[in-house]
Amino acid sequence: MILWQMLRFAAGGLAANKVRSALTMLGVLIGVASVILLLAVGNGSSVAVKESITSLGTNALTVSSGSAYGGARSASSVKKLTIADAKALAGDADSGAIKSVAPVVTTSGTALYGNVSYSPGSIVGTYPAYFETANQKVAHGEYFTDDDVLGSRKVAVLGATTAKQLFDTEDPVGKKITVGGTPFTVVGVLQAKGGSGFTDPDDVLIAPLPTVQNAFTGFGPVNQILVQASSADSTDAAQAEITRVLLGTHAIADPTKADFRITNQASLLTARESTTKTFTVLLGAVAAISLLVGGIGITNIMLVTVTERTREIGIRKALGAPRAVILGQFLTESTLLSVVGAGLGVLAGIAGSHFSIVGIKPVVIPESVLGAFGIAVAIGLFFGSYPANRAASLRPIDALRHE
Amino acid sequence: MRHVIDKRVPADPPPVIRIRHLTKAYGHGDATVHALRGPADPATGAPLGVSLDIEQGDYVAVMGSSGSGKSTLMNILGCLDVPTAGRYLLDGIDVGHLDERQLSLVRNRKIGFIFQSFNLVPRTTALAQVELPLAYAGVRAAERRRRAEAALALVGLAERAGHRPNELSGGQQQRVAVARALVTAPAMLLADEPTGNLDSRSTEDVLAIIDRLNATGRTVVLITHEDEVARHAKRVLRLVDGQIVSDVRQAPVDGPPPLLHRAEAGVPA
Ligand SMILES: Nc1ncnc2c1ncn2[C@@H]1O[C@H](COP(=O)(O)OP(=O)(O)OP(=O)(O)O)[C@@H](O)[C@H]1O
Ligand SMILES: [Mg+2]
Repeated sequence: MILWQMLRFAAGGLAANKVRSALTMLGVLIGVASVILLLAVGNGSSVAVKESITSLGTNALTVSSGSAYGGARSASSVKKLTIADAKALAGDADSGAIKSVAPVVTTSGTALYGNVSYSPGSIVGTYPAYFETANQKVAHGEYFTDDDVLGSRKVAVLGATTAKQLFDTEDPVGKKITVGGTPFTVVGVLQAKGGSGFTDPDDVLIAPLPTVQNAFTGFGPVNQILVQASSADSTDAAQAEITRVLLGTHAIADPTKADFRITNQASLLTARESTTKTFTVLLGAVAAISLLVGGIGITNIMLVTVTERTREIGIRKALGAPRAVILGQFLTESTLLSVVGAGLGVLAGIAGSHFSIVGIKPVVIPESVLGAFGIAVAIGLFFGSYPANRAASLRPIDALRHE
Repeated sequence: MRHVIDKRVPADPPPVIRIRHLTKAYGHGDATVHALRGPADPATGAPLGVSLDIEQGDYVAVMGSSGSGKSTLMNILGCLDVPTAGRYLLDGIDVGHLDERQLSLVRNRKIGFIFQSFNLVPRTTALAQVELPLAYAGVRAAERRRRAEAALALVGLAERAGHRPNELSGGQQQRVAVARALVTAPAMLLADEPTGNLDSRSTEDVLAIIDRLNATGRTVVLITHEDEVARHAKRVLRLVDGQIVSDVRQAPVDGPPPLLHRAEAGVPA
């Protein structure tokens, strides 16, 4: 009864100043929506990273040259990775930890098809084992084969993005493209993996290793050796195996002086995850600030409202309004502002998360919706209670005399 | 109940209003203004405060020049302000001992206050305006509406129930304020220059209503500057510098207000 009465008074008070009430709600709305949306973006990017890393295959180990312990040594003492290293790894099958080995060279160049030209993010020269290890599946056409590698055939498999850029809607398989002056026949197109927001894994062109070496890089060292462990559990064993073999081929006695680095996807995953976590926390902090600003907006408006309506408060008290009712009326007003504002903010945040933002598909965290809503309402109550209290404790005559 | 409180005179009801040595001062030190002082102590010169009794059913006009302390007195009587010193017994209860919640109950149930400047709640229809004190009293909606409509009819504004203050003339606004003051049927009606902002026609309207309320037994205290208005009262007090200097009875407490017949001329019984 009294509660309903207070709600009616409060709604009346808000309706009396529609623009101001609306703007205050907008402040809360933006605060809540940005908390939900920014956290969803942060979460979305971490989900994407996780997906792209697991899509690379958690069994994959990447060997690259360079010291694992910083670059204190001189460059001359670093022995680059070679095909011989890869062969040594492939030949060492006795431990059973290593399933396949693929040396990789990467380069860049411009591909031409008819009069369309496009520079893929990377041009990769490798062995067929690469496809399985890197979890690259052909969607259409075929992989190139060991025969293609042995014969240095000029064939290429295109990533989804590269295919789209060069061929648009045309079927690339069997078509001839020219890359850096060398003609290639497209044999396959890879399945799209989807971007993680940082790099597009579909923006590639993959060709047999000797072909790429012949056309672009020369028959020197390779950039990486991609090793597939026989199972997710044997990555540690595979890592130990690689270390042992490469220390041997590089003639290094002290394992701490190794001139190569092994990264496995699991460690990459944790590293990337911690990055995205920082990113999410940062976004969350920005959003929290905007929520706080929304709360201050409520205090400000409630202070103005109370000051402006001091006389009215005096009249109501002279008519016998109990302190609790006055307090209730203004608290209800501020709570109504924050509840409606936060409710609309939740809607806006969820609606906004359906669009991808800077290439990231936001993934709403349910807790953030509840949290943002709850915090906004609490802020309304908390920041509204100061002006409301001030209004309620005025002596009637002082309120009535207020100018 | 009353008999229990005032054991000495069981036959006579105690006065509705009894104030003793009431003073009100504003400011501190040299700048102190004694808005209510009463006679000075012959020995020390210190203000002794105002003492006054008002009987149940009386109709008192308070007069005096500007700044003489009329409003100050009235605000204290209406429990809107607290005195600096002295006691105020309303229906035998010492108001100074009441807490905030009880005070709001007293304002709501016992007192109807009419202000010179109307003091209507902005943006609120006349009907809602008059319903307010009932809402604070916890009266149910239907009952509230019925009583508010009756009160508006009593002041002749039944057909203006849906109008907001800015859509009403000054006289109509004051009649809404009167309706609001009488809707809870308070024992006591306090009016601070209720006709100060009204023309003679509206003044007569409002006074006629107040006269009739007094005739039904309500105690009325009313501040005025005009002798015309004061002639409606049964008793006239004059204040000078926070002190009551004269107290004249114009009609007996238990009779009708002296000018009631004039009011009734326009409103057939
Ligand atoms: N809040 C206040 N602070 C300081 N002084 C005040 C205050 N209220 C009233 N006074 C002073 O108290 C004295 C009495 O004021 P009061 O309002 O009671 O006069 P009044 O008799 O009602 O005058 P009027 O007929 O003009 O309404 C005046 O001198 C006034 O200046
Ligand atoms: Mg006055």
